[in-house]
Amino acid sequence: MSEIKKIKNLKDFSTSADRFEGANVLCPGCAHSIIVREILNATNDDLVLSASTGCLEVCTAVYPYTSWDASWIHIGFENCSTSIAGAESMYNALKTKGRLKQPDRNPKFIAFGGDGASYDIGLQWISGCMERNHNMMYVVLDNEVYANTGGQRSSSTPLGGSNTTTPAGTISYGEKQNKKDLMGIMAAHNIPYAAQVSPNKWKDLVKKVQKGFATEGAVFINAVSACTTEWKFEPKDTMLLSDLSTDSLVFPLYEVIDGRELNITYRPKNVVPVEEYLAAQGRFKHLFRDEYKHLIKEWQTRVDENWDYLNRREAARV
Amino acid sequence: MEYKGWDEFEIGAMLRSFDGAIDDIAGTAQADRKYSENNSYKASVADWRVLKPVFNKDYCIDCQFCWIFCPDVSIIARDKKMIGIDMDHCKGCGICVEVCPTNPKSLLMFLDHADSEAELAAWPEKDEEE
Repeated sequence: MSEIKKIKNLKDFSTSADRFEGANVLCPGCAHSIIVREILNATNDDLVLSASTGCLEVCTAVYPYTSWDASWIHIGFENCSTSIAGAESMYNALKTKGRLKQPDRNPKFIAFGGDGASYDIGLQWISGCMERNHNMMYVVLDNEVYANTGGQRSSSTPLGGSNTTTPAGTISYGEKQNKKDLMGIMAAHNIPYAAQVSPNKWKDLVKKVQKGFATEGAVFINAVSACTTEWKFEPKDTMLLSDLSTDSLVFPLYEVIDGRELNITYRPKNVVPVEEYLAAQGRFKHLFRDEYKHLIKEWQTRVDENWDYLNRREAARV
Repeated sequence: MEYKGWDEFEIGAMLRSFDGAIDDIAGTAQADRKYSENNSYKASVADWRVLKPVFNKDYCIDCQFCWIFCPDVSIIARDKKMIGIDMDHCKGCGICVEVCPTNPKSLLMFLDHADSEAELAAWPEKDEEE
């Protein structure tokens, strides 16, 4: 136990015994469970998990069933981060007092929150956990919308997206604000490790998560989770959408160590125009009407600028 | 299964995933675990399905793309081999078919009531790309 699990290739990885169960009630084709499986399978150690209110929580804990084969707790919308920080503090206290029955098992503490729980409602709580530098991992399953309650915009919703509270029509083109840079905010806490991941790049994801497990202190992971219901695409296209989001650089994969050292971990060979990413989703359908076409150009400019910024930060090592 | 009343739960509204103690979950295959009645492994979402995946062993190269990208833990992999689909937990999303790299695909979607044997016999030939 507690040594890093060796995963050389996918065949090796497929010998893992899942600790997340099927017959949860997530939508068919939901990327949440793909991300959760990849993260949980990245270690053989014991797990202590928590989840904020959101799709993942309501769909995996429908009475009388639980889909978790590990200790799992849910309290409120905002506090999955602090509940796991509390568990971690208690674990440390009991360990110091010598009251643990198996003190060398070295469990991993992971909190899962949606983008609503992380970008909006739980931001202050997460900030506290990062500042106190608990030995835990916080994972955002970022589907850019409050999908569980019917598709309201969150502060992760990107420009021009049509949601139930920012509907597109003749007067409005949908969401007016651009996405909040949560990675930047978390990295600014100078935590030991923060990374952005995507389920289609499973090897990159597993590598970063294992790096996070090996790190002493708070780890922040932001995972893009394509939402078939609210992004409005066919369930079978979840991996296609994940590919498009990373290859169009809308969701670049990088890591920030100690809030300073930024490494870009995936550079697509063929960069896909952002237009293709937008065209694959029903929520951006209206952007292809003549009056809103200027927004596609703005999208491309913003994505390019962000990529440029990341590259400059990587080169400057600041 | 009997449902508990509001005052009958363990403190913390706790549900247990397993019957009895389990020491090494990560080292125990799903088939060998003693799941309790409260584990969703014991439940079924088979009635969600409109389309079902059918697995043709002849073309499979055991790349495990379907295993890693299955959202419902429904691809059964043993000893690095893909051995079948867990039809109790498959919701028929079709991701496994999309990510299958073989030619012809070793997984295809058919209507849920289709006869798998007949579909396997009429599997499409290799698709010659130009």
